[in-house]
Amino acid sequence: MNYIGEHLLPGQIGHFFAILSFMASLLATIAFFKASRKNIPADQEPWLKLGRIAFLIETISVVLLFVVLYYIISNHLFEYKYAYTHSDKSLQIEYLLSCFWEGQEGSFMLWSFWHCVLGWIIIWKGGKWESGVLYVISFAQFFIASMLIGIYFFGSKVGISPFALLRNEMDAPIFSRPEYLQFIKDGTGLNILLQNYWMVIHPPILFLGFASTIVPFAYAFAGLMKNDHSWIKPSLPWAAFSTAILGTGIMMGAAWAYESLSFGGYWAWDPVENASLVPWLTLVAGLHTNLIYKNSGYSLRPTYFFYIISFTLILYSSFLTKSGILGDTSVHAFTDLGLNAQLLLFILVFFIPAMVLYFIRYKSIPSIQKEEQTYSREFWMFIGSLVLFLSGMVIIAKTSTPVWNKLFGTKIAPPEDPEFAHNQIQIFVVVIIGLLTAITQYLKYKDTPKSVFWKKIAIPTVIALLITIPISIWGDISYVKKGPGFLAAIHLAIFTSVYSVVANISYLWLGLKGKIKAAGASVAHIGFGLVLVGILISSSKKTVLSWNTTGVTPLKVTEGEKGNAAGSPAENLTLFKNIATDMGKYMVTYTMDTTNPRDRKRYFEIDFKANNGDERFQLYPDVIKNNKGMDGFAANPASKHYWNKDIFVYVTSFQENKGSDTVSFKNREVKVKDTLFYSNGLMILNNVGVNPPAQQSKFKQDETALFLDITVISKEGKQYKIYPGIALKGQELRSIPDTVISQSLILKFNKVLDQSSGKLEIGVKESESITDLITLKVYEFPMINILWIGIVVMVVGLVMSIIQRVKLNKKTGLKTA
Amino acid sequence: MKTTHIIILVLIAAAIAVLVQYTGDLTTYETIASAKEKEGKFVNLIAKLDQHKPVEYDAVKNPNYLSFTAIDTLGNSIKVIYHDNKPTDMEKSERIVLKGRVKDGLFECKDILLKCPSKYKDDPKAMQQLQTSN
Repeated sequence: MNYIGEHLLPGQIGHFFAILSFMASLLATIAFFKASRKNIPADQEPWLKLGRIAFLIETISVVLLFVVLYYIISNHLFEYKYAYTHSDKSLQIEYLLSCFWEGQEGSFMLWSFWHCVLGWIIIWKGGKWESGVLYVISFAQFFIASMLIGIYFFGSKVGISPFALLRNEMDAPIFSRPEYLQFIKDGTGLNILLQNYWMVIHPPILFLGFASTIVPFAYAFAGLMKNDHSWIKPSLPWAAFSTAILGTGIMMGAAWAYESLSFGGYWAWDPVENASLVPWLTLVAGLHTNLIYKNSGYSLRPTYFFYIISFTLILYSSFLTKSGILGDTSVHAFTDLGLNAQLLLFILVFFIPAMVLYFIRYKSIPSIQKEEQTYSREFWMFIGSLVLFLSGMVIIAKTSTPVWNKLFGTKIAPPEDPEFAHNQIQIFVVVIIGLLTAITQYLKYKDTPKSVFWKKIAIPTVIALLITIPISIWGDISYVKKGPGFLAAIHLAIFTSVYSVVANISYLWLGLKGKIKAAGASVAHIGFGLVLVGILISSSKKTVLSWNTTGVTPLKVTEGEKGNAAGSPAENLTLFKNIATDMGKYMVTYTMDTTNPRDRKRYFEIDFKANNGDERFQLYPDVIKNNKGMDGFAANPASKHYWNKDIFVYVTSFQENKGSDTVSFKNREVKVKDTLFYSNGLMILNNVGVNPPAQQSKFKQDETALFLDITVISKEGKQYKIYPGIALKGQELRSIPDTVISQSLILKFNKVLDQSSGKLEIGVKESESITDLITLKVYEFPMINILWIGIVVMVVGLVMSIIQRVKLNKKTGLKTA
Repeated sequence: MKTTHIIILVLIAAAIAVLVQYTGDLTTYETIASAKEKEGKFVNLIAKLDQHKPVEYDAVKNPNYLSFTAIDTLGNSIKVIYHDNKPTDMEKSERIVLKGRVKDGLFECKDILLKCPSKYKDDPKAMQQLQTSN
């Protein structure tokens, strides 16, 4: 059949380059491997040349894959499944790139692209390690390329093509019509959670971090193959680079989670988060043992192991997030696209040969038999690395329960409080790591005179105590939810993390005498310490401002109920349009809402007025209507940032007053002390007041006002006071109705019927819908900025040490040459 | 034996102890019938929303009270109480994971995880919608 209106050429070009990159990466693997097996440069040269040409073809193919897919998405060619499922016509330009990471195909392309970039840097700078590193990278490229070809081999499909046509992928009767494209007017759109600026930059950085872990792995693997351990120098800046970028990528994800509150904070121990944190931990362990070996000759075997395991964990993390296995435990994993076998193979094909080789070579890897001195830097650095590694193993073991379920058919689910299950263990890791980060730099490699060490460490120790004690006493660290033991651990952890900051700042003078060039490690450790302080203080002090105590809800939470199964009930507060509601520190009012056609969001203006009169500001949380044929909406919070805290507000639901109000007032006769009934309860007229001072704001000076004092009691037993009135000026009568919003009740004082008997007439209206309303949650997160500053400082420190290492390597390189 | 080795062994033992202790905290996925048997125990219920029974949520009266009926693949059903706002798209979800415990024949829910068709973008249902709209 000839289909009308399809653009098949871009897809054919794209598919061609997908296959070309698959072939080229295989050729590059073979060529670089051959080159690495030759010992004489003249023998190497032709293979190296071939490898580089193949790698160039592969790089060009990967770039063109991007270009073609971008063309398809930006031109809205919905005959392609990728464009149909991941984009739509209303998508803003700045989010077109995000379409690449919504689908697995796009994220593989990104990963592959970074491998190419890293590969060229090694070709440029790698010297004798070029071929060894490059065949490992090319082999990984071969696997990633195989995920994107979508071709059948012997009856089983290999990979999924990003250029597959919708009509080939889905079974629906409209595809039997040649003009089917006319009916597909728009794509199903990009997931609204990804329509956020952090989501434009977070995935590229994170994937650069993922991709870069292959470099230390490749050095280690090539080293094992050649039984040559001189790679530990060039690997150092790479491991530092990987630590910096992967760390930044993870924390950008945390910043996104924080800004969008999609995990209820910046970290939730979600499996997706854990899966990228754990390789970072093992990589940091490897970076430290690598340093130990370079400076003392100890710990080469663990260095090999940590670099191998870090890359393996990256592959495992890609398996966890892409296989759909996390379906029931994570909110943010991809779904199964049928690549599971391939993803699993990807892990094994790197892990098994590397481990086999590691055990074969184990005996021949140099190690020192003499034990490390207790007062030596290498001893405590090694302990720290080991703790980081084991902490990572504990986290990944807990995260892997879905895999366990799959393997053994069990039905294990995460604990009742999964976050605490991690926190109660990791808090002790923080204590140990904080302490080691503080003191280890004061020890020298090999051995340190005891008196010198204790003299130097004394000053920072005293300063750290002087800072921590006031925080502990007056800092209001009152996280009592989990018992006194955990609270004590928090205090201890705050001390050790403050200690690590102070000790590393002091070390700039005490140890390095202000030599800034060599300060990279200290600066990175200051940053790391700040990250720990920020995490501890902000997490233990998050508060809910929208705690519902306003009486809008009839189900008042009593003291005894707070421990009920609902955990933290009443975090939602209902706001009626234009009615100020007391929220503790603030009077909040929902004043208006507008819809912005460009970003298709509906913004709500929430007015905050501090009850102590200090400040007044507006926040604009928004909701965006779901795409992909869904009815609901997704909420984006708005936040007010202070130097020491952030206030977040987001709309959890909203109701519009649809249709006109058709119900009219019913007039009723009433006397003082009479009781009237309405549909949901009763009301009692207490008394009539002339010009009552309490209602003064409602009438003018020259008016005479009569106000009724009525108590409304609902069936649920809730009491409300309501004051309808009239104001008289000469012959002019003005009615001042009053409402009980939550009972949808409006009362109007009509007139005095008979003055002598005290008969009055009031109008009662029970409206179906009185006003627009929203429910919202408001949170306050304190001291989060320490965390963000810490990340920046840490990355700056790592960059400093990368620069220093690269320079050092150059110098020693010149000397030996 | 070297001090390093002793420390390594101690730390590994600690890590194993931690994991063993963790297995005690683990919960299970249950059906409605088996959850009812384990009254008072924290479980993860895999079910879906019973579309024929009313969903009770009124932000005017109480924005922190939601009640609905869950039904599982075996056809059992239970009334669920959730003290928070109604998750958007609940009616559209195909599958919900409810975390909480059974108490007096009611399921006191602490957390709701929705599985919406949007998560499964390659779900044929999306395509069916396309057809019906034409």
